[in-house]
Parts: sequence; structure tokens; C-alpha cells
Amino acid sequence: MSTRPIPAQSTVPSVAQPYAVFEARGITKIYRMGEVEVPALRGVDLDLFEGEFVVLLGPSGSGKSTLLNILGGLDVPTSGSVRYRDHDLTKDDDAHLTGYRRKHVGFVFQFYNLIPSLTARENVALVTEIAAHPMTPEEALGLVGMSHRLDHFPAQLSGGEQQRVAIARAISKRPDVLLCDEPTGALDIETGILVLDAIERVNRELGTTTAVITHNAAISGMADRIVSVADGRIAQVRVNTHKQAPSELAW
Amino acid sequence: MFRFLRAIDRKLVRDIWHLKGQMTAIISVIACGVATFVMSLTALEALRTTQEAYYDRYRFADVFAYLKRAPNTLIPRLAEIPGVAHVQTRVARDVILDVPGLPEPAAGRLISIPEVERIDLNALHLRSGRYIEPGRDDEVLVTDGFAVAHGFHPGDRVTAIINGRRRQLRIVGTVLSPEYIYTIRLGSLVPDDKRFAIMWMGERSISAAFDMEGAFNDIALDLMHGADEQEVIDRVDRLIEQYGGMGAHGRRDQISHRFVSDEIKQLERMGTIVPSLFLSVAAFLLNVVLSRIIALQRDQIAALKAFGYSNFEVGLHYMKLVLVVVVLGVATGCGVGCLLGRHMTTMYAKFYKFPILLFSLPAKVIVLAFLVSLVAAAIGTLGVIRKAVKLPPAEAMRPEPPTSYRPTILERLGFASWFSQPARMILRHIERRPLKSFFSMFGIAMAIAVQLLGRFPADSLGHLLELQFHVSERQDLRITLYESASWQGVYELQHLPGVLRVEPRKMVLVRFKNGHITRRTLIQGLVDEPVLNNLIDEQGRTVELPEEGVVMNAKLASVLGLKLDDTVTIQFLQGTRQTVEVPVTRLISENLGTFAYMNLRALNRLMQEGNSFSEVNLSADLDQYDQLYEQIKKTPRAANVAVKQVSVDSFRRTVMDNMLQMQFFNVIFACVIAFGVVYNTARIALSERGRELASLRVLGLTRGEISFILLGELAVLTLAAIPFGIGCGLILVKLVCHFLNSEMYRIPFVITAKTLGMSVLVVVVAAIVSGLVVRRRLDELDLIAVLKTRE
Ligand SMILES: Nc1ncnc2c1ncn2[C@@H]1O[C@H](COP(=O)(O)OP(=O)(O)OP(=O)(O)O)[C@@H](O)[C@H]1O
Ligand SMILES: [Mg+2]
Repeated sequence: MSTRPIPAQSTVPSVAQPYAVFEARGITKIYRMGEVEVPALRGVDLDLFEGEFVVLLGPSGSGKSTLLNILGGLDVPTSGSVRYRDHDLTKDDDAHLTGYRRKHVGFVFQFYNLIPSLTARENVALVTEIAAHPMTPEEALGLVGMSHRLDHFPAQLSGGEQQRVAIARAISKRPDVLLCDEPTGALDIETGILVLDAIERVNRELGTTTAVITHNAAISGMADRIVSVADGRIAQVRVNTHKQAPSELAW
Repeated sequence: MFRFLRAIDRKLVRDIWHLKGQMTAIISVIACGVATFVMSLTALEALRTTQEAYYDRYRFADVFAYLKRAPNTLIPRLAEIPGVAHVQTRVARDVILDVPGLPEPAAGRLISIPEVERIDLNALHLRSGRYIEPGRDDEVLVTDGFAVAHGFHPGDRVTAIINGRRRQLRIVGTVLSPEYIYTIRLGSLVPDDKRFAIMWMGERSISAAFDMEGAFNDIALDLMHGADEQEVIDRVDRLIEQYGGMGAHGRRDQISHRFVSDEIKQLERMGTIVPSLFLSVAAFLLNVVLSRIIALQRDQIAALKAFGYSNFEVGLHYMKLVLVVVVLGVATGCGVGCLLGRHMTTMYAKFYKFPILLFSLPAKVIVLAFLVSLVAAAIGTLGVIRKAVKLPPAEAMRPEPPTSYRPTILERLGFASWFSQPARMILRHIERRPLKSFFSMFGIAMAIAVQLLGRFPADSLGHLLELQFHVSERQDLRITLYESASWQGVYELQHLPGVLRVEPRKMVLVRFKNGHITRRTLIQGLVDEPVLNNLIDEQGRTVELPEEGVVMNAKLASVLGLKLDDTVTIQFLQGTRQTVEVPVTRLISENLGTFAYMNLRALNRLMQEGNSFSEVNLSADLDQYDQLYEQIKKTPRAANVAVKQVSVDSFRRTVMDNMLQMQFFNVIFACVIAFGVVYNTARIALSERGRELASLRVLGLTRGEISFILLGELAVLTLAAIPFGIGCGLILVKLVCHFLNSEMYRIPFVITAKTLGMSVLVVVVAAIVSGLVVRRRLDELDLIAVLKTRE
């Protein structure tokens, strides 16, 4: 793995220039809480390329989730622009953003956000029912090793199992973009590897552009690039030349 | 079927199931509103359509007039009046009946009919038997109600006292008449089928019996389309004036029509006021519950949105929830309302004599009930759903920030040390959301108010009954005479067996005029210091009758636009028919009718009739009733006899029983509201604070202690709601009294302490039961589950 820092906006040096699926320029996000302003992002430039696997690292409160939310069309930046292919996400209205999320994005949330009144299978079906070319819920749950828990409700699942259902839900629609906020936060090594395998497979087999937030630096091993976020800015972008399979990661 | 539902709809089904208690409560409240709505509207529909069809088919007349005696030569002149389509003239007389098996005399009215049946106004509907046959002068048709009450069949006989002679009449048929849908005799409050009969008798025999050959004393007119009724009435009055006309009148003053129409009007009002009340409460509950659901499901809404569910789909999801509640509420309500409507219609069939009274549940009523409930639900929930739709997806991904509390006013004022820690938690929770706490309190208060509303009619009716039959009318018997009698008659009556006291009264039909406003009503001439017929106001206080001038019922005065000491024109429609100007010397608030009163001597002086009267009130010795009745049945002058105790009993039997039945439903409805509001409030509190309370349990607080925190809030709200609810209830009752205020009656604003107590008690019990249900849930509080799931 190379540790050579390169500027964020620079592209991966390769023969065939890969296509930048995302192009974020100068994005800032300021939360206004009454009198106080909380700057979560202070000017971020970032490109994500077609089919690449990016890991986002950074201390708590550095703005990782905020950035991911903006890329996923959940939130709009205070200033700056974000382009997804030929869409300008910052100029899209609410309906267009919804359409964008529905067609292209798969999310894994930091807090899982499962619907407590739906079983694992139904939580996944919730997404596959509105997707164009989805897997079956059983297939998606199989990928994260949850075939034996299809009809359990979230309250009957452990934290890690809930997280895996959340991941199955995100990958089930075969999204163009997969955005994961700490997908392995609650998992032990073995299931962590299982989950990462599933993510990696979707990334590899479907060419899904994938961004994963993690506090576990070891996961960087399977990334194409590692983006470090600190204090609302991109501190560093590293290219990983030795991509490892999840099972080879040293936890 | 469940398997084919989309995942998001399964969520809906499970959410609803999870909230089944609260949903049931709201559905019940909606159902109550819809039930009253459907009940009133179906009963209304049944009454109205039947009335219209009946009037139409049996040619119910438009204008009526009664006079002393006019020659048949007047008929063409009546027919010539512009606008008159058809003239019917009859001979009609009140008689006393001696009915086998009935000790007291009954009242009858004989009305002439053609010997050979022909199409005419006020046609009769033959229920059983046959029409009379020409030449048989003892044959009569009687009202079906009377025949049924006595088990009479065609062929049975009744004795009538005609011109002082007993005469056997043979019943050949039983009939219904559009003129007597509500078969009530003048001066009584409710129909009495046993003691009042209308009998139709051949023209020739009735004329012979009353010396009315070639003459008539009763007119009914049918008007052409677009005719001016008032104009016709005026012209008829001018024509019959010299024949002792007592003032023509339209349907508005026809007793039976008046009662049925008033009932219809009342149903209309009941069909709007009560359902609005219930539906507002339902809207409020839906608002509270949905707000809570949406607050709880912030993260779920965010997730749905993140996956690409549109705002519309999210909004629709919650709207479906509301829709399910509304549909179930309306369906239940329609079912219950249908039953109640049917019950009400059967009840009406007892009171109102229609050939048929068909109950039906028209689709438009259901649609209307659904739309109205939907509008109420929309008012309650659209704002909340909008908030859910507007929730920015990223924002919702973050856990809700801890709610900010601060010391309550009481604590800031330095009373902190007065409260224990849990008590402080209760107060802070209430104070943190004053609006929500207020609404919960308001909801409970409404439950008390609805209770009062449901219970007060019995109180005011009881009050009315007490005033009417115990304070005002203290006679045992009242005899109405054909003609005004002179003082001599009083002495005669005094010598009847068992009679203790006799008090004459004079009822005179008059027309009051002030400017162009006129009213046809009765003046009662009362003796000085009456004992048997006390003049009282609505409070039951005896009213001193001035020597001169007229005492006017406040309602009549206000209709006529008169004040105390104004002068009013009185046109007597009986006797020598003078028109005089009289000062209004006293106003009196009364609950019934639009009457006026005068000192009997002053009245007679004005009418130039010496010492005469038209009625006597008697008090008599109970032991000798049989003899007394026998004597009265022989009195040629008596046109009508009313035994007070019988009137009281029949009033109680009919009106009070029905009222108590209705009240029973109202009380059930009110309980539903009480339970719905209190239970919901408790459940919401549990849902909002379950986590906090579970944490406290983990920290070592006992079940009792956490129950105190949760239920204490409920107790505080319930206690606060009691005075507030009583206040709201009194205002509502006042409003309803005001709404139902008519010329026929003013509902007295009377609420007994018992009613107040019961209303409060029911709500307190509902609160305690809800509290216990929630308390059981607290005991089952799954500490692990609560702490594991994120809220
Ligand atoms: N809705 C909001 N309102 C106010 N401040 C917010 C909001 N969302 C995020 N912030 C603030 O913005 C900053 C960045 O938050 P963000 O959630 O992006 O951090 P993060 O890098 O994901 O942290 P973690 O690793 O702990 O999840 C934090 O200081 C946070 O307090
Ligand atoms: Mg985060």
C-alpha cells in the first residue's frame, strides 16, 4: 500500500482515464442552530470514479457522514456544486433528488434505520419493490449470511444482524452507487469479513461505485483509494496499489 | 392477502396493529359521531319522505279554519277565492266517550265524511274493516291507534255523549289520517291513544245529531301552486267572520303537522351538533396520535426517503393510516347508526301514525358520513402529515436531540423544595409542552362536557314535568265545556260527588297584533289567587296576576316585538269578537308555548261576557272517582275531560322512557370519548417516556415509583379537566338550549348535582381504568428491548 499523499482533485494515474461519476467542487455545509453556526464541511473537492471502491477515514465529527449524505442526494451543500454524471445535484429540486436516490443510490446508514415493524425480508423488499433490476430479498440477505433470519423482526436481531440486513437492503437493488456509513461498526471480524465480501462483490461484479466510511483503518486495505477527512476538509487522498480481499485484511 | 401486500403497506398494517388500542379508541369516537349522524339522518329521511308522500297521496290540506256555523251557500264563495284549488267543508265536534273497560271518560272528536266514499282532501287510509255505508247512521271509522289501544275490531261499539244523550256508535273500520299523524288533543303534551279518538261519521247523521243540516263548521282548503297563503287566509277570515270564524291558519299552525315538522327540525340540529362534537374530538385524537407516530418514525421516514420513496408516497403512507381509521370508524358508525336509526324509526312509528314508516339507509348518507369524517380527519392530520413529508431526509438520520427541560415556574418561584424528584419530573413534563398538555386536558374536559350534554335532557324534562304537573297544574281533573258557561255552572259542578274544589278558567282564541306582526294563540283567563291552576314562571315562582292588562309569555312578546307597558291589539276570535287595545302589564318567562294570561274578570269585561268561563279545574276525592266519572259522562256540556294523573303517567311512559333510552346511548357515547381521550393520553405519555422510565428502572426505581411519574401526569391533567369540563359542558348545554328554543317550547337550563357528579365520575373512572391498563404495560416494560432500540 502506498502512503504517498496526492491532491484530492488529482485523478488516478492510469492509462485509460476513468470516468468521474461524482465531481464535488468547493462544497461547504454549515448547520445553523439558532445563533450558532456549526461548519461541518469547509470546502471539499472530491471526485469518485466509475466502479471504484473508496474508503473515508476521519475522526468523529469531522464531517464524513455529512459528505456522504450530500453525495447520496439526502442533503444539499450550503455552497459549492456536486455533479453525478450529467446531473447537478445541487440544482436538483426535491423530486429530482428523490428520483436520483431511487434509481441510483444504495445506502447503509450509521444507525441502520431498519423499519422495526417489518421483518428482515420485508425491510429488503421495501427497496426491491421500487427498484428496476433488483435481486430477490432472499438473495440479498443470503449475500450477508442472513438466510436463517429472513422472518425476524429487527427487535429480534442482534446489532450486527441488524447492520447486515441494512447492507442487504442497500445492495439488493444493484445500485450504481453504494454509500455505506460504518457498515461494520458493530460486527466481529468474521461477520465483518462476510459483509465486506458482499459489498466488494457488488462493487466488483456490478461495477458499483462504492464509498465506505469506517473507523477501522484496516478496511483501507481493500479500497482503491483512501480519503481522509479532518475538520470538514479532505486532509489526504491515498491510492492503494495492493488491493486485498476482505479475508486478507489484518483487523 | 397479506402476502401480496407491498412491504410499505405491511408496515402500515403492523403499525396499526401495534397501535390497536389507540386506534380502536379513535375509531370508536368517530363511530359514535357517525352513528348519531346516520341515526339522525336516516330517521330524518324516513320522517320527511314519508310525510311528503303521505301528504301528497292523501291530499293533506294547506289552509284550515274552524267556525261556529256557516250555511253551505258559503261554499262557492270560498271556492272563488283566488288561489284556492279545492274546498272541503265538514262538521266537526268534540264529544266525550264512554269506552268499555275505561273508568274515566275519554275524549273524542267526530268529523263528518261523505256517505259514499269519494276523492277528497284529507283522505283516510283504511287500516281494517270497511268504509261506512249510506243510511246506517251509527257507523263510524276510528283512528287505528285508539282501536289498537283498546283491542277494538270492526263491529265493536263505543258510546259517545252527543248533546247530553248516550249514543252507541259502531266501529266499521279503523283508519289513519294525514291530519292526525300526531294524534294529540288540544292542551296535552303527548298523544294518548287510549283516551283520545277521532271518529269519522256520515255527513247526514252527524248533521242531524248536532243540528247542522245545510251547514258546516270546519273548512279545509287546498291551494293552487304558487298561491299566496296569507292572502287566502285573510280572505277566508273575512268571509267567515260573521259565522263565528276562529281564524284560518296554514299548515304551520296545524298541530299534527307542527309536531312532525318540529321533530324533523330537531333531528336536523341533532344530526349536526352532536356529530361535529365527536368528530372534533376524533380529529384532535388523530392529531395527537399521528404526531406521536411521526415523531417516533422520524428515522424510518428518513430511510424511506433515502431509498427513493417520494414525498407523495411517504405522505400517502400516513394518509392511508388515517384513511383506515376513518373507514373503520365510518363503517362501524354506519352499522350502529343504522341500528339506532331503525330503533328511532320504530319509536316514531309509535308516536306518529303513518300508513307505513319505511326505514332505509340511503347511500348518500353513508357517502356524506364518510366525507364529513374525512374532512374532520384531514383537518386533524394534514398539518402533521405535511410535517412528515417536509422532514429533510438527512436531518432525520440523526437521533433526535435530547429534549430540553427547565425548572418549572413553581420551582423558579422558589417552591422547589415542596416537590419530590418524581413530582418535579411530572410538572416539568407538563410545562415543557403547555399546548399539548392543554389539549390533552381539553380532550378529557370534552368527555365531561359530552356527558353533561347527554344527561341534561332528562334533568330539564324532569324539571318541566315537576313545574307543569306539580307546581302549576294542581287539579285532578279538567273539564272543557262546549260553550262558555256562566257562574251558575261552577256551583253545579261543585255538587258532583267527591269534588273538593272547583276553579273556573277561560280559554279564548285570539289574534294578537302589533303593527303588521300577528299571532294566533290563546288567552287564559284565571281567577284571583288560583289554587288549582297556578300561574308560575320558569323557575316555579308564583306570578301575581295584575287586575288589568295582559300578562304575556316572554317568547310571545319577543315574537310580537313588544316590551313591558306597550299596548297590544287583541282581536277575539270567539264570542262577540271585539278588537281591543290592552297594555302588557307583566312579562313572564315560561318553557312552553306562546300563551297570554288575564284576570278572568278583566277578560270577561273586555269580551262583554259577564261571568263566563270555558273550563273548570277540579280537585276531587280519590275514593269517589267512579261516581264522579259516571256523572261527568252524563254532563251534556262537557266536551273534553282530562285526568291529570293519567296525563302524567302517559307522559312519563312515552316521553321519559324514550328519553332515558336515548340518554343511555348518549352516556355510552360520552364514555367512549372519555375513555378514548384518557387512554390515548396515557398511551402517548407511555410511548414518549417509556425509554426514560425504563432507564429509571435500570437505575433502581421501583415500578410504583415510575408509575407515579407517568400516571401522576394523567392525574394532574384529569383533575385540571374537571372544572374546565364542567364549564365547557354548561356552555354547550346552554348553547343547545338556545338552539332548540322554539315557539313550542324553551328547554330549561337545568342540571342536577347528580348529573354533574355522574359525569365527572364516569370520566374519572375512565381515567383510572386507562391508567390501570397503562400501568400494566409499565409492569411489562421490557427493559432490554427499550434500551436496545434506538428511538
Ligand atoms: N443536523 C445537524 N445540526 C447541527 N449540527 C450537525 C448536524 N449534523 C451534523 N452536525 C455537526 O456537523 C459535524 C459533522 O457531523 P458528521 O455527522 O458529518 O460527523 P462524522 O464525521 O460522521 O462523525 P462520526 O464519525 O461521529 O459519525 C459535527 O460537528 C456535528 O455535530
Ligand atoms: Mg457519522
